[in-house]
Amino acid sequence: MLQIDLWKRVLIWLVCLTGLLLALPNGFYTRVEQSNDAAAEIIAKGDTPERQALVEQWPSYLPSSLVNLGLDLRGGAHLLAEVKVEDVYGARMDALWPEVRDALRPERATVGSFRRQQAPEGQIRLKISKPEGMGRALEVVRGLANPITSLTGAGANDIDVSGTGDLITIELSEAEKLASDDRTVRQSLEIIRRRIDEVGTREPTIQRQGADRILIQVPGIGSASELKAIIGTTAQLTFSPVVGRGSDPDAPAGVGNKVIPSVDEPGAFYTIEAAPVVTGEELVDAQPSFDQNGRPAVNFRFNTSGARKFGDYTAENIGSPFAIVLDDEVISAPVIQSHIPGGSGIITGNFTIEESTNLAILLRAGALPAGLEFLEERTIGPELGQDSIDAGKIATIVAFVGVLVFMALSYGLFGLFANVALILNVALIFGFLSLIGATLTLPGIAGIVLTVGMAVDANVLIFERIREEIKSGRGPARAIDEGYSKALSAILDANITTFITAVILFAMGSGPVRGFAITLGLGIMTSVFTAIFVTRLMIVMWFERRRPKKIEV
Amino acid sequence: MRLRLVPQETSFDFFSKWKIWLGISALMMVVGLVSFGLQGLNFGIDFRGGTTVRTESTTAIDVGQYREAIAPMELGDISITEVFDPTFEEDQHVAMIRIQAQASGEAISGEVIEELQQALDAVAPGIKFVSVESVGPKVSGELVQTAILAVVLAIGAVLIYIWLRFEWQFALGAVVALVHDVVLTIGIFSELQIKFDLAIIAALLTIVGYSLNDTVVVFDRVRENLRRYKKKDLSEVLNLSINETLSRTVMTSVTTLLALVSLYVLGGDVIRGFVFAMIWGVIVGTYSSVFVASTILLWLGVKRDWSKQANTAGNQFGNIDA
Repeated sequence: MLQIDLWKRVLIWLVCLTGLLLALPNGFYTRVEQSNDAAAEIIAKGDTPERQALVEQWPSYLPSSLVNLGLDLRGGAHLLAEVKVEDVYGARMDALWPEVRDALRPERATVGSFRRQQAPEGQIRLKISKPEGMGRALEVVRGLANPITSLTGAGANDIDVSGTGDLITIELSEAEKLASDDRTVRQSLEIIRRRIDEVGTREPTIQRQGADRILIQVPGIGSASELKAIIGTTAQLTFSPVVGRGSDPDAPAGVGNKVIPSVDEPGAFYTIEAAPVVTGEELVDAQPSFDQNGRPAVNFRFNTSGARKFGDYTAENIGSPFAIVLDDEVISAPVIQSHIPGGSGIITGNFTIEESTNLAILLRAGALPAGLEFLEERTIGPELGQDSIDAGKIATIVAFVGVLVFMALSYGLFGLFANVALILNVALIFGFLSLIGATLTLPGIAGIVLTVGMAVDANVLIFERIREEIKSGRGPARAIDEGYSKALSAILDANITTFITAVILFAMGSGPVRGFAITLGLGIMTSVFTAIFVTRLMIVMWFERRRPKKIEV
Repeated sequence: MRLRLVPQETSFDFFSKWKIWLGISALMMVVGLVSFGLQGLNFGIDFRGGTTVRTESTTAIDVGQYREAIAPMELGDISITEVFDPTFEEDQHVAMIRIQAQASGEAISGEVIEELQQALDAVAPGIKFVSVESVGPKVSGELVQTAILAVVLAIGAVLIYIWLRFEWQFALGAVVALVHDVVLTIGIFSELQIKFDLAIIAALLTIVGYSLNDTVVVFDRVRENLRRYKKKDLSEVLNLSINETLSRTVMTSVTTLLALVSLYVLGGDVIRGFVFAMIWGVIVGTYSSVFVASTILLWLGVKRDWSKQANTAGNQFGNIDA
């Protein structure tokens, strides 16, 4: 019958109240946002009176989580990048080469002399002069292999070594390639995150997608090109010995060397050793500064091992040139004047102030282990986002009012109950969205509007059922009770099927579509809750007070 | 005084002309499919790669001039359309420029966009690019696959759910109605050549959800009435059930349409295609749950031996509708 336990009543009102409280900050969006930002700044950069004043714009005893606005509402840039994981293989092989050389040298008696041959990227090929020593050579090279420690590749080695005739081929094993790909993507993700954090924008989304992709969304940034400038370059910094200088890009480099262009001298090409003396990975700091002529430059400092290598090299090679190479382009190629101890130095070149600042950020954050290919780029201007918010707001309000009026006209007092539930419903959606830190997108707003339209469905089902029960001659209390219990199965079935589609949308979709799935799914849950519990409670409370002999729905 | 869209008691005969209704539906599906076969869909860049630029300027737009300004850049197939919307300001002129996917697997480069802006600035001083979206052909192919998979999965999941809750005849009826709705929606997008992008897939799935919602409510009542009136013909029971739920069907459709129409008119042009799909879907979905799903059910017939009660015993909602 029409009885609801006290604890249930309290619980229902508590849920509604919590929802309203959680939704409240969104009603004062700018104010709460400023307050939150200021609070974060106080932690990061220290307390100032202005920040304190901003923080106090919003009372601390109230919840302060907000619904995040998606890129299509706030404006910003979206990139989908694919990490070129194969880039790493070549570098791994180049790093292995000195080891192979050193291991084979003592075996000259059995394998004869050996030479590295031209080979596809990611392979070492070497020719030995005594093919009969192949067995021993393979044994020695295989001795360099390390077992893989990953779960999937347990038991396998990191390199595959094979020999045919007088030719030995070394490459990464499949298992190691998999493990290496995973590492490369994770490293790239971490470095991209650091680079974006250095620039200091709000709430960037940096996510791995699939095996080798990274999704980057940064609200508030001017354009995708700007974002690419920050994360797009690998910023692979090396200090390499210079073998020669010329003007022919196709000049024979010799094995273990490569020919790369110069940034500042058009038409000039340097031949450098592929294995660098020191790499950017050993940098501990990089800051924009100016050289003695007042031109923008970048100051850097090595860690201890980097400093030692750099110091040793400069001591041994006074008078010969060495190249500072960024992403396979020579930035400058000074001649070593003296031994440089201490491990700090300066990179000069034709920089603008902005370029030197950017370069310093890139160097500090570390080099990307591999190149990125951009598969998807989206820029949404803030004006368009604001237009969409405004339009969405008006549309939601009009839809809301329309449905409220229509319900009141159709069902009278019961319609008013449904309307209160509907208002609570939207508040609950916003409350939950804030609570889980979900992102509201333009299709998400459409999802809310659709929920407003559909949320009344459960109530309509119930009210229509009550009407039928009254028509078949039941008393008011019994009609209400029957109406609820008989409508329940239809309500559940109908909403569960819709919920299934929302879940599939969420699982398969991305970005805006996912935003839509979230609001739709939440809307279904809250509308079922408000229909089954909230309106029922209101009707029961009204009924207990009035005890009407006859009801009209 | 209450507002009543449907009289209190109705006794429309929904099945006397069922051949005509099914015929109309079949005809419309054929028209949709033929249109899809002949002219295909106007895929957005999500599905075929390429770049769209949304420009805004204070000077009136002359599409011919824009085209001439861009022509020297040799970007391949370009389409330029002016966008009109009641929410725009007086001197707000918006155009959408679509550039075909470039040869490489990547999205378009920033330099090209800059060059484009300079070229257009000559004919429309102060032109702004309010949004630039670029999708490489590599991703768009995958997006197509995922989209198709999502729709198929949704329909499959629903089929299973209804099969568990009702019987296979109900499930089949509901799914035929769903396929009907999806085909008609794709058909109208093809017929009117409205841009078909990722958001439309979301709309399609919502239509699936909505139409199902409607169908399930009718079926729920059919199941109830089948138990109550064991002697009546299936067609009588179906008619009775649809009539009983008619008031609810219309109410819900009207409130949903009320909300959607306000979004369509006032929500701006960015989501208009999306909202259009949903409005169409609500109308088609309401129609199909009455005239397609129930007719199929009538056609297939239902096992009416309810004495065993085994059908609802195996799930958690089994006892609710006693």
